[in-house]
Amino acid sequence: MALLDVNGLSVTFKTGDGFVNAVNGVSFSVEEGETLAIVGESGSGKSQTAFAAMGLLARNGTAKGEALFDGQNLLTMKQKELNRIRSQEIAMIFQDPMTSLNPYMRISDQMAEVLTLHKGMSKSAAVAEAAQMLDAVRIPDAKARINMFPHEFSGGMRQRIMIAMALLCRPRLLIADEPTTALDVTVQAQIMDLFGDIRKEFGTGIILITHDLGVVAGFCDRTMVMYGGQVMEEAPTDQLFAKPAHPYTKGLLQAVPRFDVDEDELRTIAGEPPDMSRLPAGCPFCPRCSIAKDRCQNQRPEIDVFGDRRRACHATLDEVA
Amino acid sequence: MLATGCNTADDILNAAHRSEVKGRSLWRDAMGRFARNRAAVISLFVLGLILIFAFFGQFLSSHDPAFVDFMLRGNIKELGGPSIENGHYFGLEKEGRDLYQRTVQGIRVSIMIGVIGSLVSVVVGTLYGAIAGYFGGRVDSIMMRIVDILMAIPFMFVIILLLVIFGRSVFMLFVGIGLISWLNMARIARGQTLTIKNKEFVEAAIASGVKPFTIIVRHIVPNLAGVVIVYATLLIPELIIIESFISFLGLGIQEPMTSLGALINDGASQLNRGTPWMIAFPLFFFLATLYAFFFVGDGLRDALDPKDR
Amino acid sequence: MSDALLSVRDLTVTFDVPRPGAWPWTAPRKLHAVNGINFDLAPGECLGLVGESGSGKSTAARAVIGLAPISSGKVMFDGQDLGALSPVQRRKYGREIQMVFQDPLAALNPRMTVGDIIAEPLITHEPSLPRKEVRTRVQEMMEMVGLLPNLVNRYPHEFSGGQCQRIGIARALILRPRLLICDEPVSALDVSVQAQVVNLLKRLQKDLGLSMIFIAHDLSVVKHISDRISVMYLGRLMEQAGAKQLVQNPAHPYTQALISAVPIPDPEREKSRKIMMIQGELPSPLAPPSGCVFRTRCPFARPACAGDRPEYHVVGGDHVVACPWYNQLENSTLTAV
Repeated sequence: MALLDVNGLSVTFKTGDGFVNAVNGVSFSVEEGETLAIVGESGSGKSQTAFAAMGLLARNGTAKGEALFDGQNLLTMKQKELNRIRSQEIAMIFQDPMTSLNPYMRISDQMAEVLTLHKGMSKSAAVAEAAQMLDAVRIPDAKARINMFPHEFSGGMRQRIMIAMALLCRPRLLIADEPTTALDVTVQAQIMDLFGDIRKEFGTGIILITHDLGVVAGFCDRTMVMYGGQVMEEAPTDQLFAKPAHPYTKGLLQAVPRFDVDEDELRTIAGEPPDMSRLPAGCPFCPRCSIAKDRCQNQRPEIDVFGDRRRACHATLDEVA
Repeated sequence: MLATGCNTADDILNAAHRSEVKGRSLWRDAMGRFARNRAAVISLFVLGLILIFAFFGQFLSSHDPAFVDFMLRGNIKELGGPSIENGHYFGLEKEGRDLYQRTVQGIRVSIMIGVIGSLVSVVVGTLYGAIAGYFGGRVDSIMMRIVDILMAIPFMFVIILLLVIFGRSVFMLFVGIGLISWLNMARIARGQTLTIKNKEFVEAAIASGVKPFTIIVRHIVPNLAGVVIVYATLLIPELIIIESFISFLGLGIQEPMTSLGALINDGASQLNRGTPWMIAFPLFFFLATLYAFFFVGDGLRDALDPKDR
Repeated sequence: MSDALLSVRDLTVTFDVPRPGAWPWTAPRKLHAVNGINFDLAPGECLGLVGESGSGKSTAARAVIGLAPISSGKVMFDGQDLGALSPVQRRKYGREIQMVFQDPLAALNPRMTVGDIIAEPLITHEPSLPRKEVRTRVQEMMEMVGLLPNLVNRYPHEFSGGQCQRIGIARALILRPRLLICDEPVSALDVSVQAQVVNLLKRLQKDLGLSMIFIAHDLSVVKHISDRISVMYLGRLMEQAGAKQLVQNPAHPYTQALISAVPIPDPEREKSRKIMMIQGELPSPLAPPSGCVFRTRCPFARPACAGDRPEYHVVGGDHVVACPWYNQLENSTLTAV
């Protein structure tokens, strides 16, 4: 049984302009100790997918479908049980660590609070455990710095603290939402390196939500590409990069300027990301797709499984390649 | 929002020949949000009715506001109550004059004091604050310290002193209220300016070589407008209350003019003589006006709130 | 170089930082955001400025365009020292030097229509131009950057990020400036839109013969668009070379670390990629290390690095590096890292 099994997840937001379908029938699963990347641009629904599965949607949003964690549906679960799972079994890390850290509390107090609350540890034992965890995420001089306030750390260090906090209860699944987007490349390299060690050391399943294909390439077992709130393609990372089976994935891969390759002009995907309140009737990528046919405009492509990959596209594999 | 539909080359060429598309400004967005706020819309409607009443209500009654009805004056308690037959819709006030006409006049005066005081604060306060905030540094320090000093003076005391020394007059009342009303506005405008002046569109204007004063007028002030309008709307009822308080002390509007505060004062003094209508009518309009302004201000705040954008 | 359009000499930008709890009259501490940098820019050339946050790359460019104070040194534009001009004289150079900003939406006044936004530099410098002429020029410009000209009356919030950036580019180019400064113009955009804007900038630069300073933290984008690249760290210039040369043969340890940290969207290469991790954190710019500013994190640092500020050494051609040991690094410790 998969650790997290999401089936037909849809998210709808009620806004001033009517209903917006941010996520449309998304399914995926993560095995114990596996690393899944969810890649997409802004508005692709990649973050909302994770938020909905965790029951963290904004108040004007509703989720349909199911998200089975260990066989229990997170979407229909009692609040109390959901809170227990969210605090002990699943942890989340966000793009901006400063928004998830209380600026008026010492790191030691914030971290110890998690342990005293959920594990019933004594304060001193909790602080000791927290210091150990800070050591594990390679914060130098952890014992002394644990008594500092969040603003006294640099961005990279704060993200390390967030990771340490997320790991305190030894979660089985870690959801990281754009964890390195706000960081410099050299710091990003350090943090991704740390994620690799955590996976080895703790055997944690990881969902990495990102827009950066480069980060995904070196790190994730499987990659799922989203666009317009729908899954475009999912495949083992190596295969996805070597032979993309969806025109959007292909376009995305070509649009990234390559450091190791010389090219005169970047290949682009024409047009702009879709307006989620006015999605096309057919494939959401159709208006920007270079090989779109009549069928793509009115008929939404079904997910089609082949081997250990799947994709949603009317075109044949040869047409894409 | 324009990304829908297929942007083929043909589309672009066709579109280029089409006529210019009208934009949807932030103001129109805000008005749309305001229109969805039921309490605010009802309040705006009520406010409209009160304004119509204040400026045209006097034509519905044949009595003169200064005319003392000697027929009824002798026994106001028994005969001076509200009545349709003798034309005193709201009854008589304590001197025997028509309360309906007096109330209409009182609303008019009170609202005018609020609106004019608020306008002074908008013009003076916004410019003062925007200039202080935009130039920053020493200019800002000096300008804001002046505001601090003025704020430290107990303004009620100053107004009362002004009215006592220079005599009670509407003009002096305006001077006194005008003097204090812009101070808060200047602070608010300055605070907003500090955040706006670091926005990239202001930097773009500086880098283009636009003159400082033009930047303030073109880029800073329009973006202050949301906050300023909300604050100005909420300032009107505050000023009405201040005026009422001063009138209540007997220092405000002078006879034969009147204001809601003065009428309430009169009505209150007659409370134990069994003439409750004398306080009921002015008080009703006083509260209705205040609530309406507060709700409209609140609605504007929600509609113009930048977080909603 | 006498034929340079822009030449920057010993540019230093300092900001006053108040000491915590100090009296208003005590002297504030000086933060050297940019600390003595030199570069030249030829007409039609694109110089990339790379570095991480806190490196001073944006501040350096802002000093050139007049948004940051020049504390010392010279910024010569077309033979004129911009730092020596009065504010009124300086404003005239808004015609020649323009800028594209990072946050596409924040760079546009939300209360103005797109047409008015693009026209602003034009009506500032040519106030006598008839309105009809202004409108025509605005619409020409919109077409040039790939916007539909009939959208002049729309407001910025009605456009997507990529389109807003096109509006920003149109505003910057309407006066046909000679120098365009792009401060992280694509880092706020989606990947699929990034490529469009990069291509647009590259095309416009070629068509209009623009000189360009392109600032970004994303080395792959900078490498793609620039002729030469300057690498900055803590307010100093670490290395400068032709774009290809810098990427293929980085000489400075910092550049090497920076380049090795760029993730490659190719799992095969990514797995064989050797990352040269730099340890520790960026030192406070209020108290930069003596000598070479990178020495506290440099894997090759030696005691001599703490002494004098390193001279610029010529690696070959226009490739200069601020590290005296650059040709002794490879065989010493790099293999051990």
